[in-house]
Amino acid sequence: MEDGRPIFLQIAELLENSILDGTLAEEEQVPSTNELAAFHRINPATAAKGVHKLVDDGTLYKKRGIGMFVSSGARAKLRGRRRDEFARQYVQPLLTEARKLGIDPAELKHMIDTWEEIR
Amino acid sequence: MSPVVTVTDLTKRYRGVTALDRVSFSLTENRIYGLLGRNGAGKTTLMQILTAQNFATSGEVTVFGEQPYENERVLSRTSFIKESQTYPSMGVHHVLRAASLVHPGWDDEFAQQLTDDFRLPLRRNVRKLSRGMLSSLGIIIGLASRAPLTFFDEPYLGLDAVARQIFYDRLLADYTEHPRTVVLSTHLIDEVSELIEHVLLIDAGRLLLDAEAETLRGQVLTVSGPTAAVDEFTRTGAELHRTRLGGTARATVRGDFGPADHDRARTLGLMLEASSLQDTVVRLTTARTGSAPAGAEATSKEKFR
Repeated sequence: MEDGRPIFLQIAELLENSILDGTLAEEEQVPSTNELAAFHRINPATAAKGVHKLVDDGTLYKKRGIGMFVSSGARAKLRGRRRDEFARQYVQPLLTEARKLGIDPAELKHMIDTWEEIR
Repeated sequence: MSPVVTVTDLTKRYRGVTALDRVSFSLTENRIYGLLGRNGAGKTTLMQILTAQNFATSGEVTVFGEQPYENERVLSRTSFIKESQTYPSMGVHHVLRAASLVHPGWDDEFAQQLTDDFRLPLRRNVRKLSRGMLSSLGIIIGLASRAPLTFFDEPYLGLDAVARQIFYDRLLADYTEHPRTVVLSTHLIDEVSELIEHVLLIDAGRLLLDAEAETLRGQVLTVSGPTAAVDEFTRTGAELHRTRLGGTARATVRGDFGPADHDRARTLGLMLEASSLQDTVVRLTTARTGSAPAGAEATSKEKFR
């Protein structure tokens, strides 16, 4: 786990990533809290907190006595939410760095449009 | 949930030296605590008092709701693994047998498995064990006793990295199966930062920090960049440390930081790094020592050592 961000958020994000890329299918069972704790070598209470965050927002649901499962429709919902975060996480720093280097928005746009060809 | 341990205004003085100074906290059942602090901070004294191996000068201590002194009900549920435990001259298997008699929750099979994991020679006399092997023996006793309240006081003198990782893995796995309250006192903060749920930081006998490990993560940041921008950013937190190089400054700040603050740092053109738990502890304990006047307490403590 990386420093500086609550581990439970990182656990929640890892599970979200697995759902987004299809590693965890909808209606599939999610690794247990204890499995997550042992695998990532973290405190089980922290792993449980990460899982519960996703239960609270409806990404996962609990089957009594069996475990946690991915909700139907979770993938589309996650994608929508991640798109909203995309601007803040990626576009804003891109613009800040561009301004520092004197790259104006038109030039930046041109770079994005032609990037695949340049490579 | 009732607390396993409550400590109220605990003070311990040795011949004019204050080892613990009005310390108050409680330990909740079935959590892993990190008891952190520099050498001589008072960690061992605290654990000795909680396990009835030392007396408080003043203040209240209850363990499982009772006072611990000569209290079989409390002590049979407690395990204290000390940094430099000495054992009478006997075979390792006899030491384990003796430990099994005083701990009602002892698991023989688990002890056997741990002995294999640590490659500890069962028939060898403890006097002939290396420093690392002695530490392994302590760890085996601490884990296999499955005491509802287990203290590990810097348990790994001489242990190599592989053995320490075995300890962490077995502790975590067994704690998951058999939840109990664990207090882990260590200087290897980076190694345990993801195992502990709650942090108690002691410095010069005072409780400096009593916080969830997860809450602490991200609360301490290091920002660097143009001095004016650093000044602007650090206005929102408590500055713990600062270094300068020409017009550039680097400052460590503690505060309730969130994504908005990361954006703010980016907009100000600052580099922002999160502190690890270890860095946080170093900064917090250095800040105190640095700001404290060279008073009588520090001087007498030096003499005491």
